[in-house]
Amino acid sequence: MNGRIFVAMSGGVDSSVAAAILAERGESVVGVWMRLVPTGSNADAPRCCGTDEAGEDARRAAAALGIPFYALDYAEVFGEQVVDRFVNAYAGGETPNPCVSCNQHVKFDALLHDVVRKFGGDRLATGHYARATTGSDGRRHLLRARDAAKDQSYALYMLGQRELGRIEFPIGELRDKSETREIASRFGLPTAAKAESMDICFVPSDYRELVRVRAPEAFVSGPVERTDGTVVGAHAGIGGLTVGQRSGVGVATGERLYVLRLEPDRGAVVVGTKDEIATTHYRLTDVRFVAGEAPSAEFATNVVLRYRGIPLAATVTMRGNEARLNLGAPALVAPGQAAVFYAGDEVVGGGVVARPAG
Amino acid sequence: MDRVYLDHAATTPVDPEVAEAMSRVLHDTHGNPSSIYAEGRAARAAVDRARDEVAAAIEAEPSEIVFTSGGTEADNLALRGALKARRDERDGLVTTAIEHHAVIDTARDLERYAHVRLTVVGVDRQGVVDPAAMREAIDERTSLVSVMHANNEIGTIEPIAEIGGICRDLGVTFHSDAVQTVGALEVDVRKIPIDLLSINAHKFYGPKGVGALYVRRGTRLATMQTGGGQEKGRRTGTENVAGIVGLGVAMRIARERRATESPRQARLRDRLISRVRTRVPDVVLNGHPTDRLPNNASFCVPGTDGESLIVALDLEGFAVSSGSACTSGETEPSHVLLALGLDREVAKGSLRVTVGRSTTEADVDAFVRALEHIVARLRNAAAVAV
Repeated sequence: MNGRIFVAMSGGVDSSVAAAILAERGESVVGVWMRLVPTGSNADAPRCCGTDEAGEDARRAAAALGIPFYALDYAEVFGEQVVDRFVNAYAGGETPNPCVSCNQHVKFDALLHDVVRKFGGDRLATGHYARATTGSDGRRHLLRARDAAKDQSYALYMLGQRELGRIEFPIGELRDKSETREIASRFGLPTAAKAESMDICFVPSDYRELVRVRAPEAFVSGPVERTDGTVVGAHAGIGGLTVGQRSGVGVATGERLYVLRLEPDRGAVVVGTKDEIATTHYRLTDVRFVAGEAPSAEFATNVVLRYRGIPLAATVTMRGNEARLNLGAPALVAPGQAAVFYAGDEVVGGGVVARPAG
Repeated sequence: MDRVYLDHAATTPVDPEVAEAMSRVLHDTHGNPSSIYAEGRAARAAVDRARDEVAAAIEAEPSEIVFTSGGTEADNLALRGALKARRDERDGLVTTAIEHHAVIDTARDLERYAHVRLTVVGVDRQGVVDPAAMREAIDERTSLVSVMHANNEIGTIEPIAEIGGICRDLGVTFHSDAVQTVGALEVDVRKIPIDLLSINAHKFYGPKGVGALYVRRGTRLATMQTGGGQEKGRRTGTENVAGIVGLGVAMRIARERRATESPRQARLRDRLISRVRTRVPDVVLNGHPTDRLPNNASFCVPGTDGESLIVALDLEGFAVSSGSACTSGETEPSHVLLALGLDREVAKGSLRVTVGRSTTEADVDAFVRALEHIVARLRNAAAVAV
């Protein structure tokens, strides 16, 4: 445990505090900041942690801690694995989770690989609110953060033993925000609470605009239908729609209508009332387990279907690396979202909600 | 951890004697060199002593030395000032594809905003500019030619005496960025037909933020900035007295030590190059094999990238660069390496190692050992998952 630990520093207070905790523990800490958008793109992405300005904040935080710091370029992998996937998913009628893609492909694949293989690092730490622990059998476990209000374990479900063996989440043990602030001020880190944004980090304002520019073919108007096939209106393109959102049509009838399905093949949107939500089964693809394998071929779990979503009772039936998710009650889930299995506070695994066939 | 500094082309540590002289002048000489009373005269005397040192080092007259804020300003003053001064008769600028950004970006800026006709001449695979190609590029409207004395990334020394001769015959002003050579090589403006020459103190153990432009008597040069008229109006603004004093002392020390120090560094450079070539498979030496700066070893290491090399070496205690320090942070291959005709992928794995006064054989050997295992690790990394 005396090798170097690299910390992915975003320029924000959370990852800076993560680095501070490790430095205080006496670890040999190296700060890295990932450039995620090409130089000079700041104006278009004011909140993104991968812009020059964020890099400067990260550099200052590292200097305040007295740790080595490097700005490394991951713009290419981020563009392909996060931004392109995001656009393609929306254009295909899905609702992607870019934080999941970023964790899976950029932080815990490309960066972790470089830390270990290129720079001879021992471990990688990030400023995620989650906990990684080691059981008596040596297995690694992924748990919700102690501060449930900040928990980010949902977006980390894809981590397996290989990754978790080299990952630490130093701030996952913190009780609450005041503890983060206290550590930040003790180390002279900038504590200015930056606007905590729930927006997508690389999209300046309206994500639909990005999709419209990159995938204009997904902005062809088409019919809005009820479940029985009755056309009740027109939409401006499925690229701007999400399953589960309130639909603009139906105002005349006084009904509250929701987008039930997006059918990109024929450019149609199917809407209906809450009562029409009948789906209890979803197909999950690319199913992964923290332990490396499913607890059993069929198991009961609590599934979370969106970031900070409420756990729902469900059973999971494995089929190779896919699974069938059986919910206890009908629920509307947007394809492309992650379905994450929990056992209490522990993340068991998860998969990606597939578009219903036909 | 013990550090081994091998990036003397980026900057050099300030010589203790230089720091001492600067500290003394900061404490004792507070006058403005333009003032006529005793304090002013003392400051002016300090600046003039430095001017004498710089002039003596390149066999110029003291009145031909203009102090600037460094190499970049000297290059800007040379290009902008010379072209502006002759713009009624001539509008052409000829330079090379491997100039420092301070020259090439200034040239492009002049092309875009000052109606200067810019011609950029390429180099051969060793980075050498062909004087015949320069001659070819010069026409009757050419005002200025700018060719660096030695390249900061690959170390190649350019035939500036020959190019200067061509310019003189054709009535063209000739500028050379000699930031990498002054202090390391003989630079004698009586022997080289040169009109403008850029000098930078921190490349020869002087302070950062001060340099000079040599302006041969009779060379037409307009000013870039207007103000109180210091430096005979060629570079106006209150003199950086302490910096200029530091430049003068650093210049004197460099001149005294050059005859022994440059050959010593060249031997270290050769040891480094030959050991790297033996121990690191498929490494490519950039620049000219012999006509190169005494302290410069520049390589491309296929199968690696410069960014990873620098980070990994830093973590092992070695300070080197992937190219020019001025552009670090960019992952695009340098314009210099691409001008050599190197493949983009190969050029990504660039590494510049520049020895200095404090470098020992043991430093070189330790560096080569570290490089050997880091290159092996980086090449493996490309093939292995986490």
